[in-house]
Parts: sequence; C-alpha cells; structure tokens
Amino acid sequence: MASRAHPNRLGIKGWVAGGRWGFARYMYTLHRLTGLGLLAYFVMHIFVTSTRAIGPESWEQAMEIVSGPLFAFGEYLVFAAFVFHALNGIRLGAIELGFAVGVPIEPVYPYETSVGRTQRLAKAVLMIAFVVAVWGGLDFFIWK
Amino acid sequence: MTDAAVKQVTFHVRRFEPGVDRAPHWESHAIPLTPGMTVLDGLWKLKELSAPSLAWRSSCRMGICGSCGMLINGRPRLACNTQISELGTDVVAVAPLPNFAIIKDLVPDLRPMFETHRELMPYLIRDDVAEQDDPTLEYWQSPHELEHYLQFSYCIKCGCCMAACPTVATDPQYAGPMPLGQAQRYNTDSRDGGFAERKEVLSGGSGPWRCHFAGECSQVCPKGVDPAKAIQLMKRELVSDLLRMRKRRDPAPVVQPPKGPRREEIPAAPPRTAGEA
Ligand code: SF4
Ligand code: SF4
Ligand code: FES
Repeated sequence: MASRAHPNRLGIKGWVAGGRWGFARYMYTLHRLTGLGLLAYFVMHIFVTSTRAIGPESWEQAMEIVSGPLFAFGEYLVFAAFVFHALNGIRLGAIELGFAVGVPIEPVYPYETSVGRTQRLAKAVLMIAFVVAVWGGLDFFIWK
Repeated sequence: MTDAAVKQVTFHVRRFEPGVDRAPHWESHAIPLTPGMTVLDGLWKLKELSAPSLAWRSSCRMGICGSCGMLINGRPRLACNTQISELGTDVVAVAPLPNFAIIKDLVPDLRPMFETHRELMPYLIRDDVAEQDDPTLEYWQSPHELEHYLQFSYCIKCGCCMAACPTVATDPQYAGPMPLGQAQRYNTDSRDGGFAERKEVLSGGSGPWRCHFAGECSQVCPKGVDPAKAIQLMKRELVSDLLRMRKRRDPAPVVQPPKGPRREEIPAAPPRTAGEA
C-alpha cells in the first residue's frame, strides 16, 4: 500500500531553521556556504588562468575583466570565506576527533551539553582570529 | 472567578488529514489556561472543547515514553515536558516534528528512524549466546565503566534531535543523531563486543562522518543525552581503530560467585523467575 503520509523533510531550510538556533548551527551553515563559494572560486580561477594557454592577448583581456573594484571586493570575500573555512575547519577537525567535547556525564537538569563549555572558548578564539585576519586583509585587498 | 478573568491561550495547530488534505494547514483555537498546564494538557483541552478529531501521540505524560515530540514554537520538544508558561507567550504553535513524514496532524512517521536504529544493532553483541538467553550470573561492570555510556542510555527515542539536525534535513541517507548515539552507547558498554560488527555499518556514507557538529541535536534533547558528544567520541574511536591505536578489550566476563564462607546475616537470593531452575 502506498503511504498516504505527507513528506515533511526540511531540506535546505533545515540549515537555518528547525531547532534552537544555536550559534554552532550558523557556523555549520556558513561552513557549507563558504565551502561551495571557494569551490566556485577555484573553478573560475582555473578558467581565468587557463586563458594564458591560449595566448598573451587573451590573458591580458581576461586580466582586464577581473581587475575592476567589483572583483577586488569579490576577491576579498573569497579571502574572508577562506579564513573562516580554514579556521572553522581546524575547530571541526579537532572536535570530530573527539577533542574538547568532554566525557560522558550523568545528565542532571539543567543540562550542560558539549556545545557549551569548552566550545564557547573555541568559538570565541575562532571569531577573534577571523576578525583580525579579515581586518588585516582589508589592507591588502581593498586599500592596496 | 468570572469567565472574563480566565486567561486564554491561543493554539495554532498544524492539521493534516491523509487522503483528504493535499497539504498541511494551520488551525487556531483559544482555550482557557490553567496553572501548571503543559502543552500536552492544552492539546487535550483543545480536543475536548473544539477539535475532537485532532491526532497526536502521547502516553506517559512525564517525559519517559518519548511519544510526544513536537515542534513547539519552532523548537522540537516534548509536549508533556513543556509548560505553556515557560514559553513566555500566550500563543502556542504546535506542528509535527519535521524531517519525518506526517501520518496525520501531529503524528510523525518515526519508522525510518527506528529502522536505522535497528540496523545499528542497539543491543549487547557477545559470543556467549547461551549465557545471554539463560543468564546464570551477572556480567561484571564497574561504576566507572557505567559512566562511559550512562548519559547516552537516557535516550527515550523521541526523535527531537532528528527534527533539529540540519544534516538530517537535507540527507535522507544520514543515520541521524538518535541511532548513532545509541550505537555509541553500546560500543562503549564494557559488556559489549560488537564494535567490529557495528563498524561495518558506521564507516559507510550514512554514518557519523556526515555530522559536522551543528550541535542542534544536543541543544534540543529533552533528556540531556548530548548525541553530538556521542557522535564525536564515536569518530574518535573509528579513527583510532583505523590507526590500530584503539584499545582492544574483551567483553566483560560474568561475575564469579564470591569464594570463602558465606556471611550469616546476608539473606539468600529469592528463587529464580526465569529460565531453568
Ligand atoms: S537523543 Fe535525546 S532528542 Fe534524540 S531521541 Fe534520544 S532523547 Fe530524544
Ligand atoms: S551535531 Fe551532528 S547529528 Fe547533531 S545536529 Fe549537528 S550534524 Fe546533526
Ligand atoms: S507523553 Fe511520554 S514523553 Fe511526553
């Protein structure tokens, strides 16, 4: 018998909605989005630099197109995405190897989860490093 | 108390009648709020007063059976464990747990979750089948070994974590926090010897590597199980196993009866109630 149940999977919407709107969820979503962004950049990058194989003229032409202020800003965004993805990647790498999540405890209300405690410190360090790096990047990409 | 003094609370409930409705829709009802009223109490009142055909699942009304997981004001929670007053508003929106198909109204189809749960073998796996079927003695376990999995064993299989997980939301293949948390619960039980068997299932594409620690499962879990922690610890075990650094241990043996003379003041054990005498 075919099921008459109505599908209710959240899909992409579930990346931002569905639970308690914890900070880690936004980092999860941002990690995926920056990952996709970096992938798109790499494809574009290979495409643009491959024009050199065709000849110096098309290389010059391509360089002309990507030298405007819009592209400078775009490059800056790619840099910011890279910094976030790299720093958060280090955090995730450590966590997914079971570091800084704590040991099993007896759950006593109010519950303290692995997402709190040490994770709070890790997220704060990550955010500070991100802001410092992105601020430094302004100098290189925008005000050069 | 006059009628005018009775505080009202508005329930928005998501309704779906299979075979009749093409899509779920919201329905609103006001009910009188009584002190100490939980969302589950509210649903009963609503059924009594204005929506007799409203369907949901509940049983124990004390956070033990795991039947009443629902999306309450945007968060997966247990209806019986949620005071309306704690929501801080007099509008309560109740929808079925997302990421599960809707059978009717607030009843989610939890079967896919339980099927995955079963696939991950949530029971002690040991060689001594005869001893398991007809126990003669207890398996040995220290309080310290108990702590390794006790937290994860508090899970009531309500599915709230599955509804909150962003990976479950986009990946129907992903096992999800509940089954994975329970696999870890048995993997870390000192009486269990099933790690190698579960590993076969766990190291696949549906296993813990799909989780990227959004931590939502742990934030919503009404029992403090912290499945996100279980999953990260599981990954650690899998990696150290791959690097051949995982400590090998045999499943705990049965406790041998104490040797030496028996102390007089200890009463004899009651007669057996199961198996051959
Ligand atoms: S881990 Fe928590 S939220 Fe998930 S099914 Fe178990 S009790 Fe429910
Ligand atoms: S920590 Fe893992 S299992 Fe839990 S909500 Fe996040 S992705 Fe899902
Ligand atoms: S009715 Fe049993 S957990 Fe809510």
